[in-house]
Amino acid sequence: MAEKTLPPVDAVVVGAGWAGSIMAKELCEAGLSVVMLERGGRRSTAKDGAYPSSIDELEGATRYKLFQNPAQTTVTVRNRLDQEALPYRRLAAFLPGEGVGGAGLHWTGVHFRAMPQDLRLRSHVIERYGRNFIPEGMNLQDYGVTYEELEPFFDRAEKVFGTSGQAYTVGGKVVGKGNPFAPDRSDDFPLPPLRDVYTAHLFRKAATEAGFHPYAMPAANASHPYTNPYGAQMGPCNFCGYCSDYACYMYAKASPNVNILPALKRHASFTLRSNAHVLKVLLDSTGKKATGVVYQDAEGNHITQPAGLVILAAFQFHNVHLMLLSGIGKAYDPHSNTGTVGRNFTYQNITNTTVLMPPTRSTDQFIGSAGGVAIDDFNCDNFDHGPLGFIGGSPLWVNQAGVKPIAGAKGAFPGGPRWGSAWKKQAVDTYRHSFTINAQGSNMAYRDVYLDLDPTWTNVYGQPLLRMTFDWKDNDIRMNRYVVSKLDGVVKALGARDVHYGMRDPNTPFDVRDYQTTHLCGGAVMGDAPKTSALNRYLQSWDVPNVFVVGANAFPQGMGYNPTGLVAALAYWSAHHIRTQWLRGNGGPLVTP
Amino acid sequence: MTTAPRPPRHSPPSKAASVPPEDQSYAAQSVSSQNETSAPLLTAVSTPRRKVMQGIGAGAAALSWGTLHPHSARAEQASATAQNQAPQTPRPPTRFFTAAELAFLTAACERLFPEDDMGPGATALGVPNFIDGQMNTPWGRGEKWFMAAPHRSGPANLGYQLPYSPQQIYRKGITAVQAWVMQNHHAAFENLPAATQDAILSALEHNVTQFDDLPASAFFEQLRSDTIEGAFSDPIHLGNRHMGGWKMMGFPGARADYMDWVDRYETPYPYGPVSINGETA
Repeated sequence: MAEKTLPPVDAVVVGAGWAGSIMAKELCEAGLSVVMLERGGRRSTAKDGAYPSSIDELEGATRYKLFQNPAQTTVTVRNRLDQEALPYRRLAAFLPGEGVGGAGLHWTGVHFRAMPQDLRLRSHVIERYGRNFIPEGMNLQDYGVTYEELEPFFDRAEKVFGTSGQAYTVGGKVVGKGNPFAPDRSDDFPLPPLRDVYTAHLFRKAATEAGFHPYAMPAANASHPYTNPYGAQMGPCNFCGYCSDYACYMYAKASPNVNILPALKRHASFTLRSNAHVLKVLLDSTGKKATGVVYQDAEGNHITQPAGLVILAAFQFHNVHLMLLSGIGKAYDPHSNTGTVGRNFTYQNITNTTVLMPPTRSTDQFIGSAGGVAIDDFNCDNFDHGPLGFIGGSPLWVNQAGVKPIAGAKGAFPGGPRWGSAWKKQAVDTYRHSFTINAQGSNMAYRDVYLDLDPTWTNVYGQPLLRMTFDWKDNDIRMNRYVVSKLDGVVKALGARDVHYGMRDPNTPFDVRDYQTTHLCGGAVMGDAPKTSALNRYLQSWDVPNVFVVGANAFPQGMGYNPTGLVAALAYWSAHHIRTQWLRGNGGPLVTP
Repeated sequence: MTTAPRPPRHSPPSKAASVPPEDQSYAAQSVSSQNETSAPLLTAVSTPRRKVMQGIGAGAAALSWGTLHPHSARAEQASATAQNQAPQTPRPPTRFFTAAELAFLTAACERLFPEDDMGPGATALGVPNFIDGQMNTPWGRGEKWFMAAPHRSGPANLGYQLPYSPQQIYRKGITAVQAWVMQNHHAAFENLPAATQDAILSALEHNVTQFDDLPASAFFEQLRSDTIEGAFSDPIHLGNRHMGGWKMMGFPGARADYMDWVDRYETPYPYGPVSINGETA
């Protein structure tokens, strides 16, 4: 193992997913020399999404071909402060990405904005329900940025991603049958919505009959051929059903690899280094200025890359891990509720309801896209929480991204036999005749849910693993149960043969063995006050002002919507202020505490 | 609900024209490594387009043809693909399991996934071969699990904490189960009546015993999970023989193109499966 120091560059970007690719592109456009470091290998749609070899459920979704290999580094997990956390040895509950494109190569493509109330949830709850409505132990916070401020950046991201959807209002005028709860838009979606698959069509009809307001889910799957503002081209989605966990062989799903990297690589000032695992951010003797990063290359050499600006754009918890390992900001202490790095770690509160339809026709669950049909009647604060006594909500939707038979058979109708002829019969019946309605809900932040460094286990680089302390709390359990109970009218209207309501059970702790979602949030959140947020409203570290930390780590609490649309908008927002303010200033804080 | 005009139904996808620069380099590499005579379906296509399409894979061709004649085009594409890919997927020459281990595995998988009026069982589908093949992969060797010490036990919801790779779970588990069965039933598992085999598997599932530090249920869950994967993964992995698992489930396999079927709400998708290597049913 050798140690080496490279010539300095203007900016180093850690991570080649959506956040890193957007930041690198913006900084290159601003004339900076940029090195982007990616821990995993080179990836491309042509190679990793080739037809037919990539149409392989065992390699893709079962053996996690495109995901992080936990053998290199993982996390430890516990539910409570008085437990010993144990390593997350096999991927299951959440599936972080790795390699060029990051999780952006194998995400599904559901592409939401954020609800205005979600961005200032603390203020909103206090205004509507009063301060006493916030439960003891909940660290409810605002983002410090409003929907109106972010709107141009949501719009920008949709145009880069080639997002298909149906608007409700543009410029204050009703233009279509989109989500009536959605905030106003400056422009329509770049592409019309994807067509409803059969099960989404059934849900749309039933939800309408039940008195709700169904809409086409916004999806970064091109409904038509599309060329984005960078000149990158997308093909039309053919509903192949290989969205989640796969690279899209049709070039229809937006990914950094298809939508940004080809344009980024045209900048002479841009360098991408893969198999470069960043070990820490280097700080000068004051601890207030980053001087670059040190990473380990594929041969095990430790390489120092000096840079004037450091962008952490790895996956949510890797950003937090790097901050803790580097001493950027003060580590959170759950006992005193002080410190900010690791604070407000949240997840997403998702449960799945299985609807078994009459055996008259197949539900064709293998057909899929990132589109689908949703209702927002019980999302966010679209309903009166006053008599309910909880904060948060869930969209409900049919988001059929292609159910393949291994996953279908393993998840056969819950509660039935698990093997033998009786199971086989039920597995086939369920696969052919059922579909799933998801309640993908918000998850609030709590004092004793946080991230820190594990005292026992280390990764292959000899560094302590990140430790997650996480469990479901009363507020979120009651929210989930209330929203899922609202499916009753929909299920009746569907004429279902049987239904299994997926609801959170108050006595069941967070379980790492079952896939739920990879929408992990928080741990280094943005906000107005350095006492409660690691980052200011521009995603700049309060403590080390030439470090910006971009990703879902910045969300003060988990929302019902998928995070990528907000991550992308925040990246453009942060980059805009780096370009227009930070680069023109003295390198100091953009916000005075 | 779609108000915007849609592209004509039978236009070829714009994929060939939309390959972005990064991916063209991969396409070029891929072309250079292929035998150009092995793609009969593409001989009528002009050279530049042909190269790009080959680079992306036969699916590009299947798609543009398939929208016209889904079934026949898939079959042609399938045989072209089979010729292309057959030599590229060599199998490990040695088996992981001993003959005695394989006898247990075959009997146990068949009880978990029995042949019945729904369709073939695990043996006919090649499930034991699949599991055997998986042992000689990075996954089988535990290279895709975090295996670092210390190994401590904890509540089940915090997940797998044993120091064993899949290879080790099978080696240790089969030996231990057979010894346990021999002690209680005075015969090897595979020689017992089906009802007794089922009772034994049920006991393992409900974790009635522990083999040193390997809980019976951990072994059972591995076996159940791998049996399902063997029954329903692409035949390229040695299970799901003749796509019997997919036919039973009604899964079209590697077709992966439903452009024309998305919103035919009165008509379920009609075509049987194709495999990665081009087998049709």
